[in-house]
Amino acid sequence: MKIPDLTELALRNLRESLLRNSLTTVGISVGVASLVAMLSLGIGLQQLASRRLVKSGLFDTIIVSSRRELRGMGREEERNGPIPGESRVLDEPARQEIERLSNVSEANPDIRFVSELRFEDKPHLTTIAALPQSAKSNDAFDGMQGSFFSSDSAAEALLQKSFAEELLGKTPPLGAPEPNVSEVAKPLIGKELVVRYAQRVATVNEGTASPQEEDFVGTSYSVVSREQKLRIVGVSDLDPESMRGPTRAKVFLPLRLAESLHVMQATDLREVSRAASDQPVYSSISVRVKNPAQIQSVEDAIKKMGFTTFSIADASRGLRQFFGVLYAFLGIFGSLALIVASIGIVNTLVMAILERRREIGIMKAIGASDADVQKLFFAEAGAMGVFGGILGVALGWGIGQVINFGTNIWLKSQSLPAEHFWAVPWWLVAFAIGFAFCVSLISGLYPAGRAAKLDPVQALRYE
Amino acid sequence: MTSVPAVSTPHGTVAIRSENLCRYYRMGENVIRAVDGVSIDVHPGEFVALLGSSGSGKSSVLNLFAGLDRPTSGSVVVQDRDLSKLSREELAKYRLRVVGMVFQSFNLIPSMTVTENVELPMRFAEVERSRRESLTREALDRVGLSARLNHKPSELSGGEQQRAALARALINRPQILLADEPTGNLDSHTGSEIMDMVRAFNRDLGMTVVMVTHERALAERYSQRMIFLADGKLVDDKPNPAMPGARG
Repeated sequence: MKIPDLTELALRNLRESLLRNSLTTVGISVGVASLVAMLSLGIGLQQLASRRLVKSGLFDTIIVSSRRELRGMGREEERNGPIPGESRVLDEPARQEIERLSNVSEANPDIRFVSELRFEDKPHLTTIAALPQSAKSNDAFDGMQGSFFSSDSAAEALLQKSFAEELLGKTPPLGAPEPNVSEVAKPLIGKELVVRYAQRVATVNEGTASPQEEDFVGTSYSVVSREQKLRIVGVSDLDPESMRGPTRAKVFLPLRLAESLHVMQATDLREVSRAASDQPVYSSISVRVKNPAQIQSVEDAIKKMGFTTFSIADASRGLRQFFGVLYAFLGIFGSLALIVASIGIVNTLVMAILERRREIGIMKAIGASDADVQKLFFAEAGAMGVFGGILGVALGWGIGQVINFGTNIWLKSQSLPAEHFWAVPWWLVAFAIGFAFCVSLISGLYPAGRAAKLDPVQALRYE
Repeated sequence: MTSVPAVSTPHGTVAIRSENLCRYYRMGENVIRAVDGVSIDVHPGEFVALLGSSGSGKSSVLNLFAGLDRPTSGSVVVQDRDLSKLSREELAKYRLRVVGMVFQSFNLIPSMTVTENVELPMRFAEVERSRRESLTREALDRVGLSARLNHKPSELSGGEQQRAALARALINRPQILLADEPTGNLDSHTGSEIMDMVRAFNRDLGMTVVMVTHERALAERYSQRMIFLADGKLVDDKPNPAMPGARG
């Protein structure tokens, strides 16, 4: 029998016992809804975790340094690569070359220095770092008071809350409750801060070489003490550099402004004896990739250029593994209801055989083969599976929306931002319907086999 | 309509040949000999009536001819094929293409309309939908049910139901019609109408008909040959002298 005829007959038969078949279909849909609900929760949580991690910049960032720097970060490279003295300099042309690599969204120099800051004529010593405008999306600034830098070169500063407390002389004693970030930010935003730093100024050689200067091979510079006034525009509660440990900065400047200051860097003294060009040389560069999945290929490309790289991509692999296990568990629990529902299919179809025994006999008498009868019962089971699957996906999606809505109301009451942690991707819709269809077909195996084997003579005698 | 490719025998050609056909059933300790050594030759285009009282084995013989049941021993040969040696799949094809059946209780599927019932064998035969529709109309027209296309069996009289069953039996153009008490549930007038139709198919289309009945008068009126069964055995096989062209 052809598939359209089979489908038509199966649907007609399902309509004949509408109530019973509808109840069985609802049973399947509850099973599918449970499966969809469980898996979509797992997917949603993974997406939420991924979004958070991507926003943190931890999983899409590669720290690039010259092999002359950070010895020991890449032990393998240290053993197999060129000796540090012969490796490439991480200068501006190298930065531009890295930025041009495919899948790289930006490559910014890490400018970081320890300096004295004066606030209301009181000195404070801290680490200052430069931030690109793209750091605005970092989740550390989600609950920030004030605003992000107005431009990449504005004379503005962002403070980390603990440093803001220090400026105000309100550092809480250990164990004491933390003050609210808004309380700390209010008296500081708009106020002026003065940063004192050591500026590197290139020296102009005018050909009046002294006997000692005959050995001059590169560039030379002077170090000048400078001051820069900054306006405090924001205070962040979370620490955007929490992963950097003791070197993390507490005050942040716009990147272009920091570059224009030409602050004396720790590497400058050594590079002056090596670098032949007058291009800026960086101790490290932060490279952001477009997609965390491409981090490994970008790292490999940078390594080929002769630099050392560091990322925490391995941690994201671990995360994927964790969510894989979570999916399996949620899937198993979600499938239990579907397995129970499949027993309902067996029951419904066995009942249908008893009721339609004579009909099966008639069909066989007029030429239906065992395979035709078997396929007909399979089609009925499959149709119930597909309908149950579609209904179940809709039900699961609805349950997800309700739970998402309810949870967001609770998050709002806790002054937390709303989150979308429930996701029903298209592949899950297709998988759930396909799974329901397959489970239904498996459930139909026994009844379909039993119907196909009916003796037509006996079946025709049945009243 | 093409005639049945006949089996050649020393005595002429046959459409159906059974040889020492036996069908036994086990009922606990007892063995019921429903058919016990029946040998019959049915010739192409012949109208044969199987007569006997209830339990004589006539319906069992018909089921064996229809390939609905398998013999315990002996053979049924139709179109050079020994039905006892066919697989279940081959027997289904045989029922679909070679024989058509009508029953005493009509055996229409109650949830289907007349049209759907009649076109059902064509679905099994995988006939194209467009062709199915025209053939169904034609068949129902022939049995006078053009006005009842979308009625369900419960909305039809007994005679109409049997006509629908007849249309269904003939829809795949079989060469043999097997009728099991086709008038058993009908009044005499309606029964005669049905039998007239069956005889018309036999005469006009050259269709071989084997009819089971317990009504001798009906057999004498329509069949060319009467075969009498009792206790599963063939007790008499004689031509109907009232019918022209009856074989001796």
